[in-house]
This record gives sequence, structure tokens and C-alpha cells, in this order.
Amino acid sequence: MNRLRLALLAVGGAGLAALLVAACLDLPGFGGRSHPYGTRAVHASLTRHTANTIASVNFDQRAYDTLGEMSIMFAAVLGCVVLLRQARDEHREQPQPAEVARPVRRYALIVLPVALVTGLYVIAHGQLSPGGGFQGGVVAATALHLLYLGADYRALERVRPLTVFETSDALAVSAYLMLGLAGVLGGTAFLANTLLPYGTFNTLSSGGAVPLLNAAIGIEVASAVVVLLANFLDQAVEIEEEHGS
Amino acid sequence: MHVLPYLVAAYVFLTGCYGLATSRNLIHAVGCLAVCQSSTYVLLLAVGYRDGGTAPVFSDIKPGSRPVVDPVVQALTLTDIVVGATVTALLLALVLQIAKRHGTVDPDELRELRG
Repeated sequence: MNRLRLALLAVGGAGLAALLVAACLDLPGFGGRSHPYGTRAVHASLTRHTANTIASVNFDQRAYDTLGEMSIMFAAVLGCVVLLRQARDEHREQPQPAEVARPVRRYALIVLPVALVTGLYVIAHGQLSPGGGFQGGVVAATALHLLYLGADYRALERVRPLTVFETSDALAVSAYLMLGLAGVLGGTAFLANTLLPYGTFNTLSSGGAVPLLNAAIGIEVASAVVVLLANFLDQAVEIEEEHGS
Repeated sequence: MHVLPYLVAAYVFLTGCYGLATSRNLIHAVGCLAVCQSSTYVLLLAVGYRDGGTAPVFSDIKPGSRPVVDPVVQALTLTDIVVGATVTALLLALVLQIAKRHGTVDPDELRELRG
């Protein structure tokens, strides 16, 4: 049975490998000069005063795609919350604080504010420098969890009111939609970046709607990661199976 | 070798597929899926590379002074990473439920359906 399965896998894998190699040989050469979409995207980004072209692609030229991506993320987090909730045959147990080595505690508590500010900085400068809402959101959310490493779970729970983060996740998704609808109400298209002035190139207020959409994504990602990690940590730390059932 | 980066992507993808097919542990399988997904990052970034190119961010370089790599595929890679991370989280949550309900994470032992 197992041998048969491996043989089947080898045949299928070899076929797939042959097709992939054939496809690779037909791709444009690595490092080539011709990038028609890239050139146009850079041009569009510069005319809309957005220094970070990737932010311009994500929140301006392909803002509608980002809406879909954000919905996938929202739905996945919702799915995790539903899957990881406390079942009927489980109960919550108060986690016991554990001893934390002193250097770990010191390092975590020193790095926490730095990491948090770095995350917020990366979100705020999404239209200027590499980074943006997605990356900054993850940095800011994981920064909070240094408290779990440095202190204990109770301390983390105090700085992380879960309902607040769940609500802000939903509000950020709605804010993104509202910003898109604002364009429709203002007489242009959904999520078109034409409503706000483009501002001065290479300053915080440049890029029209890009910084606002970026901030919405940043809040959504940060809240989503906090909610996700909270649910997984709850499973690991608090929720215990009922004995004898 | 102008196809080597693409071949690396294909190799990484096939490695992930092999792991998925022979996996005896669902957590391991989720990890293999992440390997498959990382091959798409390699492919996308290889497609977008331009000789002598730098990051397509104009806060510290003058527009037009240097070639930049393709920003479109970089944005696609970003999308890929975010979707990959959330799908991994969802799959791990499913594995957790399976482990609780069936007491095993070996896909071969999951035969019957249970409510």
C-alpha cells in the first residue's frame, strides 16, 4: 500500500517537475530589462506622490485586491476564533505564574516599548519607506506578547482586552470599506485615489488616500494577530479538558 | 544560468509537495504547505528582479537615477505572505480540533467521520 503510494507520487512528481522545468525555460530571463508593468506602476506611483511604490500598488493601484486580501484575513481570524472557542466539555483553569529568568525579564521589558514604537513607526511611514500596515501591524502585535515572555500570562491579559481588539479588527475592516465608499460619494470610483490631495512628495501626508488605507490595514493586522495569538495561547495555557468525561 | 532562480522555486515547491504527500503528522503537513507557499515567493521575486536594481522606494533615491526591481510582483508577494500566514493559522486551529476530537494527528488514522 505504502509502496504503491510512493510509486504513484514519484510518477506524478516527475511529470510535474518536467512541466515546471519546461515552464521555467519559457519565462523571461532572470534580471531582464523589460518590466512593462513595473515601469508603469512606478510611473503611476510617482504621479500620485507616493514614495514607496509597493504601498502605491497595494493601496492605490490594486486597492480593490487588498480589500479581498483583508477579507480573507478577517474570515480566517473569525474561523480560528470559532474553532478554538471553549467547548462544552472543557473548563478554564487559572494559569499559575512561572518563574522567569531575570535576564529574559529585563530584556523583554526593555525591548517591548521599542518594538511597539517600531511597529507604529513602520505603519505610519508605509507610504514613504519599506514596510506598511501589514508588516508594522505584525511587529506591533507581537511586541505586546513580549510581556508574556517577560512577565506572565495574567500581565499580558491585562494589556490585551480581547473585546477591544476584536472590535477594532472589525472597525478597521469597515473603515477600509468606508474610505472606498467615500470615493463613490465624492463622485469618483470605489477605492479610487482621487478624492484627497496628493500632498508633497516624500512627506508623511503624501499619497492621497494611501496613508489612511495603510493605517486601516495596520490596525486590522495588529488586532487580528493579537486575537489569533490570544486564542492559541488560551488553548495552551487556560483551557483544560474536563476529567472523567 | 538565467533559469536557475526559477528552477530553485520549482525545486522548493516539489520538496513541499513530497513532504505533504508522505506526511504522517498534520502539523508537519501544515509546515510542508508553508514550504510550498514559500516557493511562490522565490518565483515572484525572481520574475521581478532587474539587473543592478534596487528597492522601488523613492524616499532616498532620485526617481529615474537607478533601475528598480518590479514593484508589482513585490506587492503580490506581500499578498501571498499575508494570505499564507492566516491560512496556516486556520489550518493549525483545525489540527487542534482534530487532535482534541480524535486524539491523533496522523492523517492515516483519521478514517471515520464523527460529529
